[in-house]
Amino acid sequence: MVKIKTTNYNLFYGLKQALFDINMDIYKNKITAIIGPSGCGKSTLLRSFNRMNDLIDGVKAKGDIFIDDKSIYKDWDVVELRRKVGMVFQKPNPFPKSIFDNVIYGPRTSGIKDKRKLNDIMEKSLKQAALWDEVKDILRQSAMSLSGGQQQRLCIARAFAVKPEIILMDEATSSLDPISTAKIEELILELKKDYTIVVVTHSMQQAARMSDYTALLYLGKLIEYDKTEKIFTSPSNEITKNYVTGRFG
Amino acid sequence: MGSSLKEKIYKNIFLIVTAFSLVILFLIALFLFAEALPLFKNVSLIDFLFGKMWYPTMSPHSFGILPLILASFYVSFLSAIISIPLGIAFAVYLSELAPKGIKEVLKPLVELISGFPSVVLGFFGMVVIAPWMTNKLSPFFTETIPNFLSFLHLSYLSNFFANNLYIDVGLNITSASIMLAFITIPTIASLSEDALYLVPRTYKEASLSLGATKWETIKKIVLPAASSGIATAVMLGVSRAMGETMIVLMTCGGASMIPVRPFDPARPLPAAIAAEMGEAPYHSLHYEALFGIGAVLFILTLIFNILSDIARTQGEKKMKGKSV
Repeated sequence: MVKIKTTNYNLFYGLKQALFDINMDIYKNKITAIIGPSGCGKSTLLRSFNRMNDLIDGVKAKGDIFIDDKSIYKDWDVVELRRKVGMVFQKPNPFPKSIFDNVIYGPRTSGIKDKRKLNDIMEKSLKQAALWDEVKDILRQSAMSLSGGQQQRLCIARAFAVKPEIILMDEATSSLDPISTAKIEELILELKKDYTIVVVTHSMQQAARMSDYTALLYLGKLIEYDKTEKIFTSPSNEITKNYVTGRFG
Repeated sequence: MGSSLKEKIYKNIFLIVTAFSLVILFLIALFLFAEALPLFKNVSLIDFLFGKMWYPTMSPHSFGILPLILASFYVSFLSAIISIPLGIAFAVYLSELAPKGIKEVLKPLVELISGFPSVVLGFFGMVVIAPWMTNKLSPFFTETIPNFLSFLHLSYLSNFFANNLYIDVGLNITSASIMLAFITIPTIASLSEDALYLVPRTYKEASLSLGATKWETIKKIVLPAASSGIATAVMLGVSRAMGETMIVLMTCGGASMIPVRPFDPARPLPAAIAAEMGEAPYHSLHYEALFGIGAVLFILTLIFNILSDIARTQGEKKMKGKSV
């Protein structure tokens, strides 16, 4: 089942075009990896799905993206869209608030005031992010006192707390050590049954390990998009072949 | 010459220059206190700080600076009330809402205004604000509003306005506070904008990605994250208002009595020093008392600077996760 559909999607930073005619269907309850060399537009594409590019001055989009068959520009309210499409960023970015306040930030802004309900959401989200056991006794401490890996899992918990259906991960493990990375990868595989997950990654091994589908972007163009197995074992495009065998990138 | 020797020489040159300016500043402070000290052979510290009469040239003279201290606090407080909300709102607009082009013009402009010669602002207060107060604002408070209130049969309120809000001197605490705000608003706005600008973009992105609106993001994430920097800006703004001399000298009316109403004239600490130092005989009691005022002013502004420093370190702790 298609969750996200892009149709002839183009994106411009001022005069510079960053994405060219992207057409792709992203499937529900699958992990989709977007790979490609630096500056190929993979983060830009990911950030289009929850309209984070809107924040940058001079950005213009042509074409459209549909989530649940509704246009993100015409049919979705941007606040609603971002509640539905959670995002985890490259560097852990917890707020300089307590662990507790970080997790319930989203639910609170969406208007939930009931203490018990907030507590439930917080506990459930932290458990989902495999962080609960490590922080359950220090919930009132500052999130900034956690280690990098813990902070990133806190950010994942924070994204879960809004009850999204799609999770976007923008090189979410690139600033973490191998053990934290393994933990988060395990977590992502676990989450697949409930969420649609799109990850941008630098690491081809990571894409190969985790994802069901892989897309290769090169110079803003979608070069090849297929089942991960196919991309890594028998790519049909010459660029893909060269990229996954490490001949460039 | 070896590079390590060169490096040592540079290091020491900078050390000497820094030490030199520090020593000079320290000596000025020392001088201030040394010149003030002999006063306390004749006047007790309590009488000096809490005495209600400032009659330095009468006989018998009286050196109570309470009216001057209260005047300084009153003026700084009123200008803070005007400039804190406006300054912060301005900073939020500049940093979060203004289009890039407008920000690029407004920000240097604000900094330019804060460097405006205070004598010009004082002059403007004298010839524009003061006459406006007595000719326009006073009749508005004592006639227009009371008439309207008595029309509504609120005779008590009507009498209150008519009897209390007359303005017989245009040069008063409110005039001085308004003119001081021209200095403190840009100070607070510019420094707060720096603090807001330093809030990492990733916080804003995280907040927006969780479905918060722009306004919620400003209110719940950006302002709290910048709060220590904004507190620093406010303290420095208030401390500038407290030490600012020319404006209060020209627009505050100069009456050395304990101020009560916001439209009373008053004589803040710096105005007293500026107005009287020229006439005070060298090493007379009056001369020493003015140095005493200088010392009090020095301590007051020092307190505000220390408070702003505490706010700053508190904020750094928060960023490192040592406090919530």
